Amino acid sequence: MSEEIDQSKRHFLTVATVVVGAIGVCVTAVPFVTSMNPSAKALALGGPTDIDFSKIEPGALIKAIWRNKPAWVVQRPQAALAQLPKNDPLLRDPNSEEPQQPPYAKNAWRSIKPELFVVIGICTHLGCTPLYVPQPGDPSVGPTWPGGFHCPCHGSLYDLAGRVFKNVPAPLNLPVPRHRYLNDKVVRIGENPVGSHSTYTGPLVW
Amino acid sequence: MSAEEPKLKRDYLDVTGGWLHGLREWIDARFPMSSFWKKHVSEYYAPKNFNFWYFFGSIALLILVNQILTGIFLAMNYQPSATGAFASVEYIMRDVDWGWLLRYMHSVGASMFFVVVYLHMFRGVMYGSFKKPRELLWIFGVLIYVALMAEAFMGYLLPWGQMSYWGANVIISLFGAIPGIGNTIETWIKGDFGVSGITLNRFFALHVAAVPLVLLGLVLFHLIALHEVGSNNPDGVEIKKHKDPATGIPLDGIPFHPYYTIKDITGVIVFIAIFSAIIFFAPGMHGLFLEPANFEPANPLKTPSDIHPLWYFGPYYAILRSIPNKELGALALLVAVVILFFLPWIDRNPVKSIRYRGPLYRWVLVLFAVTFIVLGYIGMQLATLFWAEIGQRLSELYFLFFVTAWVYSKPRSRAFLVGTFVVVMIIISLLDWISWAPSIAHLKLWSWLIPFGYCLIFLLWPAAMPRLMQPKPVPERVRTKARHGTHAGVRAE
Repeated sequence: MSEEIDQSKRHFLTVATVVVGAIGVCVTAVPFVTSMNPSAKALALGGPTDIDFSKIEPGALIKAIWRNKPAWVVQRPQAALAQLPKNDPLLRDPNSEEPQQPPYAKNAWRSIKPELFVVIGICTHLGCTPLYVPQPGDPSVGPTWPGGFHCPCHGSLYDLAGRVFKNVPAPLNLPVPRHRYLNDKVVRIGENPVGSHSTYTGPLVW
Repeated sequence: MSAEEPKLKRDYLDVTGGWLHGLREWIDARFPMSSFWKKHVSEYYAPKNFNFWYFFGSIALLILVNQILTGIFLAMNYQPSATGAFASVEYIMRDVDWGWLLRYMHSVGASMFFVVVYLHMFRGVMYGSFKKPRELLWIFGVLIYVALMAEAFMGYLLPWGQMSYWGANVIISLFGAIPGIGNTIETWIKGDFGVSGITLNRFFALHVAAVPLVLLGLVLFHLIALHEVGSNNPDGVEIKKHKDPATGIPLDGIPFHPYYTIKDITGVIVFIAIFSAIIFFAPGMHGLFLEPANFEPANPLKTPSDIHPLWYFGPYYAILRSIPNKELGALALLVAVVILFFLPWIDRNPVKSIRYRGPLYRWVLVLFAVTFIVLGYIGMQLATLFWAEIGQRLSELYFLFFVTAWVYSKPRSRAFLVGTFVVVMIIISLLDWISWAPSIAHLKLWSWLIPFGYCLIFLLWPAAMPRLMQPKPVPERVRTKARHGTHAGVRAE
């Protein structure tokens, strides 16, 4: 046996050991990292929520919690619906091009039924919950205010279809969740309508 | 050392003479106790001209001990669950003997930690302590600062009040700004579809175990790096350049113990007096240290009228809010913190201390501190158009400090200064043009004078008067009051 050290063999073995060790560390990290994902329980609790809107009055807003987020049902009177198209030039995304709503809610009023607006009340800027300010010209926003949602945290503004105005920090329209009407009284948040083959799971930004 | 040499000092552990001395020798044969003590305390030579700015390092260490100690005892009664957290904090406050004191020591301690760390960092910038050979020392320091921010942020969720809950929502949603994978990361951090008890539980684990361990490790690295290169001082000169040829001890150095251990006690006493006064008379500091909205339990259906973080994150929050675009706002916040790591390579001026930098640099630094404080104030205000605009201008000044520090790194030609002035003003005006809106036109026009005035004074003026940038001659050795009088030390070489 030779007394000489085979440097290239030693180098190869060092590199090989480091590489195999590094792979081992990465693989071992997987259970640790994935244990921080939502657990089966959290996922189950994130299932659909039913909201009974049978007693809603015109102009009223019902709040419920879905996935720890405020889910709103807003009853929009005819005057409010008539105002929506007039807001278009002031909006960032008037035609709802961004996937902030399921395909069946991609229309002028961003809902299945025009008068009932289902939306997640989370500002797309930094996640505050906006205030419902339906009165046009409400002094808390300003005389030119057409009515909508006002985020008190950083001043983002949305109209009554949850569409974001220009020149505010929020980048996107308020998210519309998957939802379907079980009957004339109850809407289920978190499920697509029967027969809709939409693969829509959620908006870009909550 | 020879045996005949007279013993000048009493041995530190030799107070009892007999058996304790024997114990010490027994330990030293098995563990480097005495040599460690000598190397890092009794024979660690620090410059003799430290002023009060050098108190804050040891005070920060004291607060770290305070936070760990009070934190352990708080954890004995705290319940990290969405249903129990808020009530358990009230339980600590009302039913646990002295619980209110432990909690106030912890919550006031958190704020005082940042006060002291900000002063400590300012000292480092003022005397050029981040410059060669102390770059790594500075980087470990900034890492400590970042870990401290994470620790404070996660700790703030634990009382599970309204501001805890919504503050966490806002800050975690910043991760959503990462293109492509933002939402996945956000859900992964929360462990749920929204901030919930699951999030609270993991923040508790990180707050009481993971981050404190990281902090302790970083503090150790910070101290090891410090003792490797030696302390800087208010004159910014290296005491290791002039050593006693016989002993190898720096001529301008004195042993850390007993000189600075005793001196630091003075600082500690003053600090404890202030700390106690706050704990006993104004533990909430009128909404600054404990926010009123946080005395209401977390409610996912209702946002507090204004969400803002505690005061120590105010400057960064103001920078975030000043940009009406989520991704760019988050990016500006990130850059505002990360740029600190690069300070040793931005300010490359060989003159370390502000005492010998040119006359203008002094004002650049003062203005940076003022900008930081005012940004902190703006971060606490409602996001009105006025404050958003002023916040934007001061964010520009925040970043302009680094530009100016880079420009002042060496003597610059007139053309270079004028060129920098023009480029900076074009960039700022371009940003205004992009974010232009008729409703804020008036505000934008007059506030444009803020960065303009800054650049006029600090970039254009030295083009006309180069001596404003010129450093003063740096003394060879540190100056002390005694030597000032005789001029002996400076000239003697």
